Amino acid sequence: MESTEKDILRGGQFLVKETNCDDIFTPEDFTEEQQMMKEAVKEFVDRELWPNKARFETKDFAFTEACMRKAADLGFLSVAVPEAYGGLGMGFISTILVCDYISGATGSFSTAFGAHTGIGTLPITLYGTEEQKQKYVPKLASGEWFGSYCLTEPSAGSDANSGKTKAVLSADGKYYSITGQKMWISNAGFCSLMIVFARIEDDKNITGFIIEYDKNNPNGITLGEEEHKLGIRSSSTRQVFFNDTKVPVENMLSTRGNGFKIAMNALNVGRIKLAAACLDAQRRVISESVKYANERIQFNTPIASFGAIQQKIAEMATNCWVGETATYRASKNIEDRITIRQNNGKDTHQEAELKGVEEYAIECSILKVAVSEFTQKCTDEGIQIFGGMGFSEDTPMESAWRDARIARIYEGTNEINRMLSIGMLIKKAMKGHVDLLGPATAVANELTGIPSFDIPDHSTLFSEEKSIIANLKKLFLMVAGAALQKYGEEIEKHQQLMLAASDILIQIYLAESAILRAEKLAKKEGEDQVKEQIAMAKLNLFHAIDIIETAGKHSIISFSSGDEQRMMLMGLKRYIKYVNMPNIIELRNIIASKVIKENNYCF
Amino acid sequence: MKILVCISHVPDTTSKINFTEGDTKFDTNGVQFVINPNDEFGLTRAMWFKEKQGANVTVVNVGGAETEPTLRKALAIGADAAIRVNRAATDGFSVAKQLAQVVKDGGYDLVIAGRESIDYNGGMVPGMIAGLTNANFINNCIGLEIEGTTAKAIREIDGGKETLSTTLPLVIGGQKGLVEESDLKIPNMRGIMMARQKPLTILEPVEATAETTSVKFEKPAPKGAVKLIAPDNLDALVDLLHNEAKVI
Repeated sequence: MESTEKDILRGGQFLVKETNCDDIFTPEDFTEEQQMMKEAVKEFVDRELWPNKARFETKDFAFTEACMRKAADLGFLSVAVPEAYGGLGMGFISTILVCDYISGATGSFSTAFGAHTGIGTLPITLYGTEEQKQKYVPKLASGEWFGSYCLTEPSAGSDANSGKTKAVLSADGKYYSITGQKMWISNAGFCSLMIVFARIEDDKNITGFIIEYDKNNPNGITLGEEEHKLGIRSSSTRQVFFNDTKVPVENMLSTRGNGFKIAMNALNVGRIKLAAACLDAQRRVISESVKYANERIQFNTPIASFGAIQQKIAEMATNCWVGETATYRASKNIEDRITIRQNNGKDTHQEAELKGVEEYAIECSILKVAVSEFTQKCTDEGIQIFGGMGFSEDTPMESAWRDARIARIYEGTNEINRMLSIGMLIKKAMKGHVDLLGPATAVANELTGIPSFDIPDHSTLFSEEKSIIANLKKLFLMVAGAALQKYGEEIEKHQQLMLAASDILIQIYLAESAILRAEKLAKKEGEDQVKEQIAMAKLNLFHAIDIIETAGKHSIISFSSGDEQRMMLMGLKRYIKYVNMPNIIELRNIIASKVIKENNYCF
Repeated sequence: MKILVCISHVPDTTSKINFTEGDTKFDTNGVQFVINPNDEFGLTRAMWFKEKQGANVTVVNVGGAETEPTLRKALAIGADAAIRVNRAATDGFSVAKQLAQVVKDGGYDLVIAGRESIDYNGGMVPGMIAGLTNANFINNCIGLEIEGTTAKAIREIDGGKETLSTTLPLVIGGQKGLVEESDLKIPNMRGIMMARQKPLTILEPVEATAETTSVKFEKPAPKGAVKLIAPDNLDALVDLLHNEAKVI
């Protein structure tokens, strides 16, 4: 039976509904075609990018551009573009898969790739008129032109809608004159098209424009010098100055004042893609680290045999696997929603894709934050495993670490995204899309009742972990429900509380995803065959509980006092309780020994 | 020109090799399979004939359903059609017999096989196909051009090269040099999508008896630790080379 919109979880609903392990998509479910795509992208990275990793550190922007052309020849730039505009019209999972595996060598290239295919092309495919799409998208899909996205200004970063760039309509009404300054523009050095946001008169919101850029006929556009950056050194990043740049009125993107919405929606997609683009980077760092650890002899022993190194390898692999799991889970939700909306005839592909992604904006923010932090941690530990050598430019760890740093900043800083995840959840609750207050009340009632003293039977796989996850959700509802009652919409002003609540939310999504994937795998392959994945899901949950305990405590004490506080702290303790605490050192040993034996990230 | 490229489905060169069932069977657990590298050079050359001379390229493999992803990759790279003969590839002769039947039925002008597959390295199949189909045969082929029904081929010989002229139908045993590694094609996304629509025909095998069976496999002894000898201690070095390594 074909599924309907009602059958799949809405964005944020993971918090109040239970998901069956058969209902989540995992990388084990890739079709043969997707598997082949994955291999093709990996082959490209192995052959064209990885052997040239050092060259990307020399700020060789022309080389990045040349690699982008090769990627274009292989069709990587056109995966997400509809067939009508010269693309391949592949689904969302395939799009994410390419972003994932193309990130395996250097952040310089994955940034150029992301800036072009995501924010450089997507605003036109999502919001362009038919004429705009016919005119520009085929050129972008084939790599004849590269795109860039000009939103940020010196005084408008996270507060993107406050830009000062102006668009003035000409007297004859035929064109707008754009004047202003944009900065941190990826691909600026080699792009032929810019998506530019500017304000018309004193509009509340900015407006989007498509501007062609030909350096031989610059139309008032000048570029600043290349920025000298900590990482992603061969990603061209320049300021762009518009001085009376004329853009025909038909190049306005969507309607007047709709620019902020375009910018935000392009970023929703950009966020999950960025999460994906932090995955293969981690796999590569883990594989390189374990190879080094197996070869490096100290005290007459490969350092991989030391518990201190094994602990790192196990944690790195676990984070990577968990991030991957959650990213593909959300990707499938998005893909399903797009397909359903399109099939029921209500939406064009364009509208379906917009609404499909927008629906999961909470998950997109969660993933952006979590996976960018995982990759930072992974590269940091990679350096640590390499020791002094890791600090040297001669090993790939040093640049990987520098490249990873930007992921916590662009596509909305992790702080903005943390607050957005909670802000959006509250808005969904207000609209009635996710019922937070009903379950929150039930939780409050449960807390005032007498707890059960029965010892539950947790003999089946993940029975205990699943009951803990159900409790963690209650914990979140308890904290968020009480905070909302106290502050109402003013809650957004309590940023530290929002950040702490977001940490709980993020951990729940990741932990649940990991348990479901391991459970699904165990059902298919047998527990013995997937003992490492089971260990990773358990180890991750253990850490999630620690983070949640701290974040929960910080939240509760920030807005409550007296009996209410005591009750909630008691609830916190109850909801994070294990009946059988796992031995995490054993779990790490199971995971690390597999990775060390395979001499590779192997999950 | 109709070209048939024989594709072996072999473990990736970086695979860890283990054996099961009392060292009589290769353990495929966790092993990733790829197009046999010698066959991939041949396939890439076939693609050149397709692009430049309008050749029609079919790929064929003898094996179970698990080998189909390898055939589909060949289709994604650009082959027009694929055939799988539904029989385990147990030994050189029975595989060659299946392939010879495909050649006869399909009327191919040129058959490109790898000089050897990198799994069992039998190196028998291309020569046997030529024998069974009565075609000309050039092994260790590192260059091939076709003009009408005439073929000019370069063969690697000890310490040099030999240029040969022959006529179609022809079977070659190809290797690196036929094209270079940098010429190997990564399947592009459109090719991958189109591979789905290209025909992959499954044929039942003809009767063939294995003329050889594997009795036992042995792995080389694991590399021992490196012994370092002080530069001024030549006697110890000679002693080790003579008595332990037994090379002098």
